Amino acid sequence: MNRKLKKTLGTLAFYVLLVIIVLYTVFPFYWAIVSSLKSGSELFKIEFWPSKPAWDNYLAVFRQQPFGRNILNSVFVASSTVILSLSLAVAAAYALGRINFTGRTPLLFTILGVSMFPQIAVLSGMFELVRALGLYNNLLALTLSYMIFTLPFTVWVLTTFMRELPKELEEAAVVDGAKPFTIVTKVFMPLMGPALATTGLLAFIAAWNEFLFALTFTLSGDMRTVPVAIALISGASSYELPWGNIMAASVIVTVPLIVLVLIFQRRIVSGLTAGAVKG
Amino acid sequence: MSTATVAVAAQLQEKPVKSRLTRQRIRYAWLFVTPMLVVLALVAGWPLFRTIWFSFTDANLSDLQVAEFVGFDNYVYLLSDPEWWNAVWNTVKFAAISVTLETILGLGIALALDAHFRGRGLLRAAVLIPWAIPTVVSAQMWGWMFHDVFGVINHMLMALHLISKPIAWTASPDTALVAVIIVDVWKTTPFMALLLLAGLQMLPGECYESAKVDGIHPFKVFWKITLPLLKPALMVAVIFRVLDAMRIFDLIYVMSGNNKDTMSMSVYSRQQLVDFQDVGYGSAAATLLFLIIAAFTVVYLTLSRVGRED
Repeated sequence: MNRKLKKTLGTLAFYVLLVIIVLYTVFPFYWAIVSSLKSGSELFKIEFWPSKPAWDNYLAVFRQQPFGRNILNSVFVASSTVILSLSLAVAAAYALGRINFTGRTPLLFTILGVSMFPQIAVLSGMFELVRALGLYNNLLALTLSYMIFTLPFTVWVLTTFMRELPKELEEAAVVDGAKPFTIVTKVFMPLMGPALATTGLLAFIAAWNEFLFALTFTLSGDMRTVPVAIALISGASSYELPWGNIMAASVIVTVPLIVLVLIFQRRIVSGLTAGAVKG
Repeated sequence: MSTATVAVAAQLQEKPVKSRLTRQRIRYAWLFVTPMLVVLALVAGWPLFRTIWFSFTDANLSDLQVAEFVGFDNYVYLLSDPEWWNAVWNTVKFAAISVTLETILGLGIALALDAHFRGRGLLRAAVLIPWAIPTVVSAQMWGWMFHDVFGVINHMLMALHLISKPIAWTASPDTALVAVIIVDVWKTTPFMALLLLAGLQMLPGECYESAKVDGIHPFKVFWKITLPLLKPALMVAVIFRVLDAMRIFDLIYVMSGNNKDTMSMSVYSRQQLVDFQDVGYGSAAATLLFLIIAAFTVVYLTLSRVGRED
């Protein structure tokens, strides 16, 4: 009896702990949603459920700054980053994962080393490069500079993936005289769907969230990406931040990410761990 | 096709053909790696080289071409600047405290996720949410929650009678760094938990079964079996996070701008580089940060033993 009671209490404590974990992780975003639905003075009342939900803040975000344009900018930058880094990385990963050549290990080390670069360490050199290429205040500057963090990561994960595919797969194609380019596009690409989706999604999220380069290499409001726009939203005076607008903007850009992450959660977890633990 | 395959496969065993094929494949390998390497050299190698070069000049952002070589002047000045040391100290405090808390909380969540219970998928999904939220957004969300007058955190703490009057979390020098650490711990604990969970799931099950048979207390099992076995994964995850924390920029910049109380090394460098237009001096600070991170990276690479299996 006593033992049974102890066990029940233990289970109960465990579930209380789980509820605390969930509240801790979810509450801040819940609070952002609730706040974004409160307009006017409602925002300054502490209510855990909005009594008069209104969309005013959402409309104001788009009316008071080029937020629609900012979202399109982010979509363009993140998609072009993904396409460019995946196409460069697939080719490189084939060579690094399937072909044994001198210099492969130093190359892998170099790539891993680059992934550790602090962005600030390349900022002045990158700024000079961006200006020299005539890309200052241009979204292409961001696509190009984002390669510094998406390329090492995508190459690394895709190399790990390529290495694990069976050898026989390629042998038949080699014997049939297929050129490596055909092997990559016809033999490997069809099998790499899941790996490409995972690395592509992670690269997309990284590019979507990037702040330092986007802040430094763009100037005008209509060239900003979403993180810069949200960081720089300001009100009538610098002391009165329009918190309602900021929360609405935050919810708009975060909901799609959360949906994507929840749909692909298993793959994301394996992608993240492949990049870090196994690396 | 199959007979032809067998015939060619037999031919492949003969050396001359094989080496011609191998040589061809190596040529292709370099052909395939080159575009990636060119881009990496362009966006990483060259800018890094230029930053280090700028750090020995008096370059100004308005015109980078007229820079003059000044030797180690920038470094000498940097090492005597109390604001730089303040930024170093802030960064070290931030990295040490937040990574410690993330490791402890992350391990706790990983152990909970490793247990079998109903609703485990739900918990894992909930844990992923802070990770999915852009850093700038979490900084703003928490900035609102930390608001001195209308913030929900002060409201809850007052309701629980833990504090008697509202705290100006992000403005007061005593709490500004604490606030930043709280947000960083919230945001990155999930990443830590998932890395550690992956480590936990790779542990051999037999030890646990025999420990269970022997009736050893779960706490003892944790200290004597789980923790030692998990140590390699734990070390890699911790160093990974320390590297990340040392270069922290966006969270601190968005939450408290160029405030001295929270300024990290990255924020300091950017302020010199962009706001004060002093590219030479800012590059010296950035280069020092790079060297610190490089030292940590060497440790990381040694620990994770990359490529040794080849």
